[in-house]
Amino acid sequence: MLEIKNLHASVEDKEILKGIDLKVNAGEVHAIMGPNGSGKSTLAEVIAGQEEFEVGEGNIFLEGEDLEELSPEERAHKGVFLSFQYPVEIPGVSVTNFMKTAINESRKAQGLEDMPANEMLKKIREKSELLEIDRKFLSRSLNEGFSGGEKKRNEIFQMAMLEPKLAILDETDSGLDIDALRIVANGVNKLRSKDNAIIVITHYQRLLDYIVPDFVHVLYNGKIVKSGTKELALELEEKGYDWLKEEAAV
Amino acid sequence: MDLKEKLVSSFMAFEDGLDLDHPVHEERSRAIKNFETKGFPSKKEEAWKYTSLKSLQKIDFSIFPKQESALEYKDVKKYFLHEIDTYKIVFVDGVYSSYLSETTHDGVDVCLMSSAFSKPMFQQVIEVYFNKAASKEESLTTLNTAFSKEGAYIYIPKNKMPKKPIQILHLATGNEAALMLQPRNLIVAEDNAEVQIIERHQSLTGNEVFTNSVTEIFAGKDAIVDYYKVQNDAPTASLVDNTYISQKNSSVVRVHTFSLGGKLIRNNLNFYQNGERIDSTLKGVTILGDKQHVDHHTLVHHAQPNCESHQDYKGIFGDSSTGVFNGKIIVDKIAQKTDAFQQNNNILLSDKSTINSKPQLEIFADDVKCSHGCTIGQLDEEALFYLRSRGIPKKEAKALMMYAFANNVLESVRIPELKSRINKIIAEKLGVRMGFDL
Repeated sequence: MLEIKNLHASVEDKEILKGIDLKVNAGEVHAIMGPNGSGKSTLAEVIAGQEEFEVGEGNIFLEGEDLEELSPEERAHKGVFLSFQYPVEIPGVSVTNFMKTAINESRKAQGLEDMPANEMLKKIREKSELLEIDRKFLSRSLNEGFSGGEKKRNEIFQMAMLEPKLAILDETDSGLDIDALRIVANGVNKLRSKDNAIIVITHYQRLLDYIVPDFVHVLYNGKIVKSGTKELALELEEKGYDWLKEEAAV
Repeated sequence: MDLKEKLVSSFMAFEDGLDLDHPVHEERSRAIKNFETKGFPSKKEEAWKYTSLKSLQKIDFSIFPKQESALEYKDVKKYFLHEIDTYKIVFVDGVYSSYLSETTHDGVDVCLMSSAFSKPMFQQVIEVYFNKAASKEESLTTLNTAFSKEGAYIYIPKNKMPKKPIQILHLATGNEAALMLQPRNLIVAEDNAEVQIIERHQSLTGNEVFTNSVTEIFAGKDAIVDYYKVQNDAPTASLVDNTYISQKNSSVVRVHTFSLGGKLIRNNLNFYQNGERIDSTLKGVTILGDKQHVDHHTLVHHAQPNCESHQDYKGIFGDSSTGVFNGKIIVDKIAQKTDAFQQNNNILLSDKSTINSKPQLEIFADDVKCSHGCTIGQLDEEALFYLRSRGIPKKEAKALMMYAFANNVLESVRIPELKSRINKIIAEKLGVRMGFDL
């Protein structure tokens, strides 16, 4: 599904990603953990096509296709989705209208007609139930005045609507209480399939109790310094990151 | 001959055939003298520092249209808000078009200034209100007063409300190579009356049009007036809009100005609060490109205690367009407990566009709440990335962000069809197709 080879990225001449290699197969869930400032969010945004970052060496392939020349919207049309750590507020545009626009733009890019209104409504109903989202919520302006938890739940609702091949969840657990966390994780789990892949970026083991990863990677100082299975996350929870920093320094 | 000389020397010919015993004759005579002394405002004056009328004065404008031009409704339908039933006062090259209009005297008067000036039944209203709010000093206003003859006359008696909104539409056919128009409108909403008005100026060709308009609005006690100005004219059309609003106790007047097209637009919007518990709202959305220029000069004069004013102007400037916002608030010494709010936010889309934004507060009372804020920025890149990462192309994503930016102003439009019309104009302007009404 996703293959990253020797990826380097910098912003204003400061190198943040210093050679990342990562392979994610369809049907897998990978967790990326690491201390603050290690480059986790940068990696997520570079995959999604944020133009603020200068990609130097290295490549990102989605289903064998090099994403380098593709804009963020083209990547979205190919099935990349990023759940934002800080979703942006768009006053005056309802959640429903935003989703209609996003879905129909994707369809347009694939040469399809707009989704028929009744089909759209049915899908919205289904997916909002999945995330236990109130109907009234859907007519509110996108993210405007939403609580932290509502914003994150709305991100996963968008993921459910867009049905991406590769979803990257950037600290979706931050700002969520335990109930919201369970709802969000439950939603994500229901979206897991053999045809898609999910990358979960998180500081804490907590989310991984609910979304159980197949692989765990530790990102430190712009590099993946350790990879393992879900037991690695438990080990990190117990021992912190310092032992890895020391290992990396050697 | 420059434009000033031409206007001054035409004044006698203009009054020829008008009733010289009518009290308005005296107002006109005084006004032309004032204009003759002052002439067109120049950039040396503080209030005109950023807006030059110089090039307009070099154009040989026809001051009186030579012939009446007929237009077919189907050819101009799109400039009407035709989705809803309205009264219509339509002028073609400054001449009233009865064919395109729908006026009424059924409980309310929706008709013409020329009738109001000439018919005895309107004389009392004219004597009480005409030229009582408009400035007798400001040169362009007095120029308009001197040539005041035609325009919309709307009189809503006590406790009345017209059955439907009123549209005032000024069409210019281009039959003249260059045409100057000076409509004069009088709107009176007596105590507890209510009215909604939409005003639009539209040039139909690429010929030069220069409109110098004056509108006086009087709101009696508890009256509610909603006034919408749709400024989306051709790139060769210029407009100076002088609007004077006088409010009495507990009245509400809201003016929305949508400046979306035209060569040069200058809005002088003046509110005078002559009573207590008054609410004045001034909102504007400006979206410009090319070399367009818009100058919003607002004045809110709080002259009595316990009143409010709300100003919210949003501007988006692309290409080499230029904008000005000058918001003046005066709070008299006796106007305690005034709550005056002013906000002006701008987005510059290109390196060549400029905005000059200036709040001007003169506060003489000591127990008031006055706040003002002004921002100038660019489209938020992070927000743009967010929208694009959802598959929305850059152009559409930018458009969505601009809608979001202008939303505060759009959401207070109380005629839904007008709101969707404005949205459509904006979408067209931004070159996007939104699959829904915002």
